[in-house]
Parts: sequence; structure tokens; C-alpha cells
Amino acid sequence: MLNPQLSKDGKLAHLLTLEGLPKSILTEILDIAAPFTEVGEREVKKLPLLRGKSVFNVFFENSTRTRTTFEIAAKRLSADVINLNVSTSSTSKGETLLDTVDNLCAMGADMFVMRHASSGAPYLLAQHLRATGRDHISVVNAGDGRHAHPTQGLLDMYTIRHYKKDFTNLTVAVVGDVLHSRVARSEIAALTTLGVPEVRVIGPKTLLPTDVERMGVRVFHDMREGLKGVDVVMMLRLQNERMQGALLPSSQEYFKVWGLTPEKLALAKPDAIVMHPGPMNRGVEIDSAVADGGNAVILPQVTFGIAVRMAVMSMLAGH
Amino acid sequence: MKIQISNGRVIDPANKLDARQDVFIAEGKIVALGSAPAGFVADRVIDANGAVVAPGLVDLSARLREPGNEYKATLESEMQAAMAGGVTSLACPPDTDPALDEPGLVEMLCHRARKLNCAHVYPVGALTAGLKGERLTEMAELTEAGCVAFGQANTPMKDNLVLMRAMQYAATFGYRVWLQPLDPYMSRGVAHDGEVASRLGLTGIPVEAETVALATQLQLARSTGVKLHITRLSSAAGLDLIRRARAEGLNVTCDVSAHHLHLSDVDIGFFSPLTHLVPPLRAQRDREALRAALAGGEIDAVCSDHTPVDDDEKQTPFAEAAPGATGLELLLPLTLKWGAEMKLPLSTTLARVTADAARIMGITKGGHLGVGARADVCIFDPDAHRTITRAGLRSQGKNTPFLGYELPGVVTHTLVEGRVMLGA
Repeated sequence: MLNPQLSKDGKLAHLLTLEGLPKSILTEILDIAAPFTEVGEREVKKLPLLRGKSVFNVFFENSTRTRTTFEIAAKRLSADVINLNVSTSSTSKGETLLDTVDNLCAMGADMFVMRHASSGAPYLLAQHLRATGRDHISVVNAGDGRHAHPTQGLLDMYTIRHYKKDFTNLTVAVVGDVLHSRVARSEIAALTTLGVPEVRVIGPKTLLPTDVERMGVRVFHDMREGLKGVDVVMMLRLQNERMQGALLPSSQEYFKVWGLTPEKLALAKPDAIVMHPGPMNRGVEIDSAVADGGNAVILPQVTFGIAVRMAVMSMLAGH
Repeated sequence: MKIQISNGRVIDPANKLDARQDVFIAEGKIVALGSAPAGFVADRVIDANGAVVAPGLVDLSARLREPGNEYKATLESEMQAAMAGGVTSLACPPDTDPALDEPGLVEMLCHRARKLNCAHVYPVGALTAGLKGERLTEMAELTEAGCVAFGQANTPMKDNLVLMRAMQYAATFGYRVWLQPLDPYMSRGVAHDGEVASRLGLTGIPVEAETVALATQLQLARSTGVKLHITRLSSAAGLDLIRRARAEGLNVTCDVSAHHLHLSDVDIGFFSPLTHLVPPLRAQRDREALRAALAGGEIDAVCSDHTPVDDDEKQTPFAEAAPGATGLELLLPLTLKWGAEMKLPLSTTLARVTADAARIMGITKGGHLGVGARADVCIFDPDAHRTITRAGLRSQGKNTPFLGYELPGVVTHTLVEGRVMLGA
């Protein structure tokens, strides 16, 4: 089966997932991102790498942070950015996804940044572009269903490398609702590819996917056990709609058992970093004392996110 | 018209026949095998040298999409597909729009089918009105209209008391009940709950969606004494439940779809909507168990589970795609491929799509080539292969996960009651 995100010569044609991407490409993206972090500190925050290119941010699902950082990244590369919030539901008999895309292609799109509530939607788009001979248009997955959020995974790797330098001596814990999390899947794929020797997932059985250990992780249900001696704690957002019902009884109980408090964090290494993809639910998955404390690197994550997205876009544009 | 099919290898599993001999047909019936009856002068001789002459295939599940979904397929288009696939008898599930819950609807369907004069159509009536699982249908009148069994298609029943009552009522008359083992709540995902779905972030359907429903259905069959047939088994665990029920003396039959003999959840690949099916493609060990059980006869028959879906409903992300695939034209090739891979004699392979399926459907005049039987015949070249392409499919549904596969078995002639419908 042809890997839809690689071109025939093994180069990145689209960024759809981190799973199955070779370590060399992951490292290359992180390396390219490094100098871009300085662009944000300049007086003129612009590079001409995407000048004359049109980047369409097509968001079928709401987002503030991801869409904004993609927009900033594209603008810093001098691209023309068009934002579209297409609110659709799977049941509404409106324009189909591919019709929408064909229309945007007709407007001269060079790159799509797409978020969609259905896992695999960007694959459909990439396959459609290939099938219709529009290989020059690239697709960046900005989050699809529960499947993947590759740029988030990459910016998390950038953050870890920034603070920890080396992946091959780390213990990393991913905590919370792994089942519904595209972020977790991308993080796990990247961590295992980059050679992290121990990746742990921590959460209740109702929020861990079936056969999760097959992704190369060690499973913990007891948070205190799972946090012992870790170098990196990656918290996941707990969606509001999951907090009551058949998966979890209440947000209070969740916080009590799996919320990251200073006491629980004390079990990790003293220099452990705490990450969160945002938006945070303070008092649900993370205590404010931790979110605002000295171990948290949550705001640097956002800043690095721009550089990483610039790196991805410039690579896809052929630079 | 009198027809002589000469020089073919005649395989008739029901009559344990596998021999090179001629078949003689007159007035729509098989009149002799081997030597011609006295005074028989053929109007047409079909040379079947090098080919297999088998009973026309009997398909336990083929959606024709009428009434209500004519934009997906019509009787005309799907009958052509049946003829191309050598299928001469087929049962159609009740999940039309409206559902087959009124005698008038069933009569109309049978009338339309008879007018087209192709495959024999055997409707499966709705067990409950609108398949809603609330009110029983007029099973006696539906049977008079032509229904051979009653079921819920892919719509599971939520209320087990209604299910028990429906089974009791059907058992009153000795009617067959065909059920798909699906728990209404646990089956709300889109892919087998396992490593692949977890990795791709697709909502899982656990094996328990099958086993929990199946355990209930088997238990109620025991207490009501209904003739139960389980359609489209998907898991090794489900198979174990059937085995145990039989060991305890329950008379229950079951089938599997041709898709599930060859594919597993790994074939979802990069979210191919063509592999979105009901029940979901399960793990490889499930597929291996189904293949072996069908070979051993523990699974009685294989069906196409033919479900024409239009392109718009498949060109969407995996979860939103309409489930189902076209299958009438693939039933024989996929069954032959399975049989060859299992190293089965051709007559055993063919039994699963002829005699065994006819037994479940309760038809006696079709599914075999005995003297006096309907002259429903499928002649195919077992050694020829065909690449499955959209253009090569007669069905209006062009979506199948087997596009691009090279499959064995090319049907050269299909006869229905002595009329040459394919290969004329």
C-alpha cells in the first residue's frame, strides 16, 4: 500500500500522521524549526519562503489555538492565508467534503491545513488530490477525530528536546483520556520513533484504547506508580462531555484520582517538565499550582508550535 | 426449449455428484443426466468442455434496494449482477424503505422480480413493524405474500421481551427467524475494537457486541423452539457460542459473508471506506476461525451480503461512509478462492453456496441439479481469472474492497428455469 503522506522518492508530500514516519524526517523537522524560533523575536517577523503561496486553513471543527498558530506560521513565511470555518455535521446534507475542497482548489490553493471531526478525513483529501492529479497541493492535518494531531506531536517533541536535549534516556508519562485523544496518539508515535526507552500511559481503563500496549507503551492505572521517576509528564485534556456518564462518574473524582497535583508531581524527577496541549481544565486534569508552577512548560509549547508549523509548511513547500 | 449441456464437469453437491456428463433440460426443468431421455432433441447445445456445470448459486443475503433506495440500485441492475454472478436464487433482507413489513410491499417486490424473469427472489420479511422492534408484523400474511423467513436485517432489537414474543409467534407457525447478532448499544462504533481501530482512532465495536446478542438469541431460541438462523457471524467467540449451543442440542444454523472469509481489520489500511462493513471486519484470528468452520460445515453457508452503495456515500471519511459493499458478482469467485486456499474438493466448496444455502432458505426446487429440479444452472470456468474493476461490475454498486483483485472463476452461462440468461 502506497503511504499517502510520502512522495515516490520518500519525501514528505503531506503531513497526515507521525505514525510510520521515519526518525530522520521527524528529526529534520525539529532541526529546521530551531532557527525559526528566532524569527518571532525579530523586529521584522517575516521570511519569504512561502511568498505568493495560498494557504487555506479549513477547519471543520472549532479551534482557536491551533488555527491561530498555523495562521501566524504561514504569515511569518509570507504566505497568503485564508481561514475557513466550515461548520458541518456528518448528518447534514450539505456540500460534501470533497466538493468543498474542489472549490478551494479552483481558487488556487497551494496548501490545505485541515481539521476535521472524523478520523482519517485528511487521508481522503490527500488521496483525492493524488487521484485528480493535483499532487502539488499539500495537506497538513491539524487534527482529525481521535486519530492524529501531528504538528502538536512535533511541537511537543521540540519542547522535550529543548529542555531534555536527548530522547534516549527519558521516561515519559502520558496522562488522562488517551482513548479520545489524537494528541496522545501522535505523541506516542513520535516518542517511540525518537527512541524514548519508556513511554507510559496513565488513566482509568475506560479512557485507554483497546490493546494500547501494542503502541509500545507501558500501562499504569495508578497515577502515583506511573509518575515515579519520570522526566516528562504530558497531560491530556479531558473533554467536558466525557466527565459524566459511562466513562467517568464525575470531574471531582477524576481530579482526585488522576489530576496532577503538586503532591503527585513530587513523585516525578525534580527537574521533570509538565506539558499540556491546551486548553487546560484547571481543577480537572491539572491543579493550578502545577499549571503555573516552575515545572510547567505549557506556554513555551505554544511558542515552539509556531516554529514547528513554519518548519512543516516550508518543508512541504519544497524548502 | 430443450437444452443439452454437454461435456461439462457436473458438480451437484446435494446429490453428491461430481462427474463428466451431459445435462438435459426441457420445459424449465432438469429432465435427465448422463444419457438423453428417449426422443430428446436439443434446440440448443451448450458446450461446457473444460467448465464446471453447477446448480445456480443461492445467496442468503442480497440487497436489491427496492423499494425506496432506487438511487443506489434497482431490481433491473441487480438482477443483471446476479446473472453475471451465476446467482439464481437470492434472499433479500427487509431493510428497504419502507421495510418489508406489509404484505402489499412484498407482493409488489415479488411481482416486479417475476416480471424481470431473472433470479428467484425470496424476501425476508420484517420481524417487527418498520424494524423498530416494537410491534410484530403479520407474519402469516407476509408468508402468503412470499416471505421465506423473518428478520431485523442490521437493526438490532432493543427490547428482549419483544424479541421473545416475536420468536414465540414465529414458532407458532414454524416460520424461520434470521437474526444478525448485534447488540444495539455496543455495535454503535465503526470498526472492530482492536489494535487497528485504536491506532486509527476509529470507534470500536467490541466482539461482545456479537456474543452478548448471540447468547440472548440462542437462549430465546431454546425456550421458544423457533427455527433460528444466525446471519453473518464475524468472530471466533461467536462461533464458540454456536458450537456450545449445538452441543447442548440446539438446532441452529449460521452463515458468514464472503468478505469476512478474506479480509480482516488490517485491510482498513489508510481508512479505506470500502472496508466499512456490518458486521465489522474483525481480527485475523477471527477470520481464520470463520474460514475453518465454514470448511468443516460448522458454518453452514456463505452469502454475498450484497449491499450496493452509491459513490457519494463512500467518498467520505471512514466513519461517515455508508457501510456495505457490492457482492453478487463476487460470491462465486470469493468462495472458490476460499475453497482453493483451504484445499477443499470443489463439491464441498460449491455446497456452501448451493445446497447448504437452499436448505437454510427452505427451497427444494433450487440449489441442486436432480431430475425434476428447476433448471437453474451456473456454468463457469474454474481456471480462468478475472480482475475486479468498476467497469466490469454490472451492479449499480461499484464499491467493493476487492477492486483490483484477480479472482478465480469466470461465469460463462447462467440458466434460470431453462432460459439462458447469460451466455445467450
